[in-house]
Amino acid sequence: MVFRSLIRNFCIVAHIDHGKSTLADRLLESAGAVSQRDMREQVLDTMDLERERGITIKAQAVRLDYRASDGHQYVLNLIDTPGHVDFSYEVSRSLAACEGALLLVDANQGVQAQTVANAYLAVEAGLEIIPVVNKIDLPSAEPERAAEELSRILGGDPADVLFVSAKTGDGVTELTERIVEMVPPPAGHFDRPLSALIFDSYYDLYRGVVCYVRVMEGTLAAGERVLFMATGEKRDAAEVGVLTPASVPVEALEAGEVGYLITGAKEIDRVRVGDTVTSAHRPAGRPLQGYTDPRPMVFAGIFPTDGDDHPRLREALEKLQLNDASLQISPEFSQALGFGFRGGFLGLLHMEIVRERLEREYDLDLVTTAPSVAYRVTLPGAKPIEVRSPADFPAAGREMVVEEPWIKALILVPPLFLGAVMEILTSRRGELGPINYLGVERVELTCRIPLAEVVFDFYDRLKSKTRGFASLDYESDGYRSSDLVKVDLLLNGSPVDAFSAVVHRQRSYEYGREMVTRLRKLIPRQLFDVPIQAAIGSRVISRETVRAKRKDVLAKCYGGDVTRKKKLLARQKEGKKRMKMVGSVEVPAEAFVAALQVRD
Amino acid sequence: MTSPSQTIPSPDDADLADRAGGWRSVYVHLPFCEQVCPYCDFAVAAGQDHLADRYGRALITEIESATAWGPLQAVNFGGGTPSRMPAVWLGRILGCLTSRFGLRPGAEVSLEANPEDWTAEKAAQLAETGFNRVSLGAQSFDPGVLSYLGRRHSADDIVRSVTAARQAGFRSVNLDLIMGSAPETAASWSTTLARALSCQPDHLSTYALTVEPGTVLWQEVRAGAAAPDPDRQAACWEEADRACAEAGLVRYEVSNAAQPGHPCRYNLSVWGQGRYLGFGNGAHSFRGNRRWENIRDLRRYLEAVGRGESPGRRFQEISGWAAESERLLLGIRRRAGVRPGRLGRALWRSSAGRRLRQAGVIGWRDGRLRVDRPLLTDEVSRAILAISYDHGAEADAGTKAET
Repeated sequence: MVFRSLIRNFCIVAHIDHGKSTLADRLLESAGAVSQRDMREQVLDTMDLERERGITIKAQAVRLDYRASDGHQYVLNLIDTPGHVDFSYEVSRSLAACEGALLLVDANQGVQAQTVANAYLAVEAGLEIIPVVNKIDLPSAEPERAAEELSRILGGDPADVLFVSAKTGDGVTELTERIVEMVPPPAGHFDRPLSALIFDSYYDLYRGVVCYVRVMEGTLAAGERVLFMATGEKRDAAEVGVLTPASVPVEALEAGEVGYLITGAKEIDRVRVGDTVTSAHRPAGRPLQGYTDPRPMVFAGIFPTDGDDHPRLREALEKLQLNDASLQISPEFSQALGFGFRGGFLGLLHMEIVRERLEREYDLDLVTTAPSVAYRVTLPGAKPIEVRSPADFPAAGREMVVEEPWIKALILVPPLFLGAVMEILTSRRGELGPINYLGVERVELTCRIPLAEVVFDFYDRLKSKTRGFASLDYESDGYRSSDLVKVDLLLNGSPVDAFSAVVHRQRSYEYGREMVTRLRKLIPRQLFDVPIQAAIGSRVISRETVRAKRKDVLAKCYGGDVTRKKKLLARQKEGKKRMKMVGSVEVPAEAFVAALQVRD
Repeated sequence: MTSPSQTIPSPDDADLADRAGGWRSVYVHLPFCEQVCPYCDFAVAAGQDHLADRYGRALITEIESATAWGPLQAVNFGGGTPSRMPAVWLGRILGCLTSRFGLRPGAEVSLEANPEDWTAEKAAQLAETGFNRVSLGAQSFDPGVLSYLGRRHSADDIVRSVTAARQAGFRSVNLDLIMGSAPETAASWSTTLARALSCQPDHLSTYALTVEPGTVLWQEVRAGAAAPDPDRQAACWEEADRACAEAGLVRYEVSNAAQPGHPCRYNLSVWGQGRYLGFGNGAHSFRGNRRWENIRDLRRYLEAVGRGESPGRRFQEISGWAAESERLLLGIRRRAGVRPGRLGRALWRSSAGRRLRQAGVIGWRDGRLRVDRPLLTDEVSRAILAISYDHGAEADAGTKAET
């Protein structure tokens, strides 16, 4: 056991790419937690995809033993947090496991929206915040400007902001001393009934679900019968330990400590982030605050390009779910795309990550439909139903009340691009809120906007209109009723369910026009004219035609050519395999993706 | 030989098409050219005329080393520009072929020629030697198009060369035309067609200009030059189809039309899956169930033959399902169509086949599978290649069960 007064639990709040993982590595190194031999770049990011994208998807925790200048040996528990907007719930649980937070900002890029949003979360959670400016070694660094912005957000003195270079190690010792000095030791008592917060979990092939816990009260001892309060699951604590970062079993974790718990559970959705672990024999009176069920915000159909891959897709999704309790999957059938699944995701990045992992790690060729949100539809005399796919949206002309989810968005942008951002927001039904200037270089803009307007190419457009300078964070803002209609796209007279979308009536004409124009370019010429129509119910709002192909024949085919021409035709035939038959029309798999991509 | 008492079959006659599959023919490649045309991707050599004698000797060696075969229904000298080869050599090679394999009575002996070097004297010499068909590379009657295509002859040269062939007594005269090049307009194509037909050729080939990888044209198109427009080419083709019919020429294959009695026997044989031997660099052969090709590079070909080696390479076994699919791929290019066999039945029943039927691309008449919209033949070809052996077997079983 460790004296509570010598424990410091802290996390690092930072925007993607601002150097969180590198700083974590430096801290580990300075505490001697990782020998140079074991050191691979950025210990905390374990998934390949995370490394490649430079983001941390799953939080982890590392324990550092640090001899401070006051002569005491401290235990520093560094809890990593995910850096993206989709994972704000996970961030909030990580924050709840800490007493302090490093607010890390890139000296070059300054404060970003997530930094602000997470800083506010940290302040709300009552954490001691240590502002840090990183990457001061960069030639273009402007640490003073970043410090100015940080102190405006936190209301402190720019002089209190620490300057470090995680890359060179400059300022890291001062930072570690500051952590010991500023972050309060944890409260709690080892003798009270156990309550431990699960702030992360992952699935290990050999050991089952491993959860990361912060013991808030009492003692979590190996061999004890434990209860997961939200799910009611009872299990034996088969192993309890700490991460250095290698897992080291211990007999018990006491109030204030951070470590891991293995119960042999195989299903990750039984062990949920935010849940409270307590003793089955002497349970806590109530669970820790702040738990919510994982709630997907964005939905999209996932279909294999080749129908034969359906079993492989199912298997791959099930494997991903082992590690990702927030990924929801249900079977879906599309007339155009065949058998597939409807995925529920925390957000767009989450969706993108899942899709990329399926394609990369499981070698699947996929068609993903346009992301949509969950609508609440109430037909007269009926209970509200949740509609997660445009295909299930009631036909036009019926009397009904439709509600859609809204979000509260926080956008940081240089003043130069403020106009462009406001234009994007208002063109998408956004309601602008107050604007704050964070120094001369950056404006903080708040806005309420329907989530549906954000899931469809919003982020890419925001980035392109601001040359990548804008950053975005958001949180749910409840449901509101709205005048929404379903726009269907018809090929050769038959609706293609995968292209249907629910849009606001005012934007329906524009949407139909744009989709029809795009599809005309994406659908190759066929043996007959293919009319492309956008329609609301039976009313056609836009129309284009792909003219029938007139010539498709090799000019010559003689003795010498047979082998070569046959190869050429066979290659063309392979290309046809990537076509999906929609009624009598051949549609390239890419069209389903390309039809829904950004365009300026 | 066709005697006046027998009726001459139409060039698109189904029996003729099927009989041609049993013919044997020979292709002789003559690679020499004044210069290489920008669209050409054949095994050609410009500025190598000094190798002509050596090449002639190599051909003789190659022909004499071939195992006994024959007799031949057709001999075709292609290139390159066969008319650049000294007439004495052409005669010697033909003589060698005749003594080695024998010619059937009435056999077609054809060569390709460029209008600019097809003189009355040369025509007479070659007719004397035994050539009875000439295929003239007219390409166009529009000077702008001719220059774009890198041709050095004029429209008048074409007319003159046809006259020369007639006067020398050639039985069949063909004109090759290329349609749909960038500088060609609808009006200039109409003029080209009209002038070509006014020469009263026995045979007319109209080829859509194709951008073949590696050619000068291909490089230019990649660099942004205009590529042939398939819709324009379709319009050109349709006009040619009408104009030929009016002139009494029967379009018996996608790109070929002939007067009765004048279809190209060599080509009929190839489309009917007949067997052929090819001599010269880059020439292909198909004998028994084997297909192979000769070394393409002129110098390496000459060296190999000089060392007493066979220049044949890349031997391929074409039998079973592969042979059957080729039979259909080649056969459907003819207006006579093809006996469907198991694969044709499978195509007819497949979902792709159903779409092709609905679009009027394929039809079934007199027990033959036919492509009624020749401009879309490759759609049919790909559908044929998409049918696997197993599906064919299933369709076969299905047909039997039904009947």
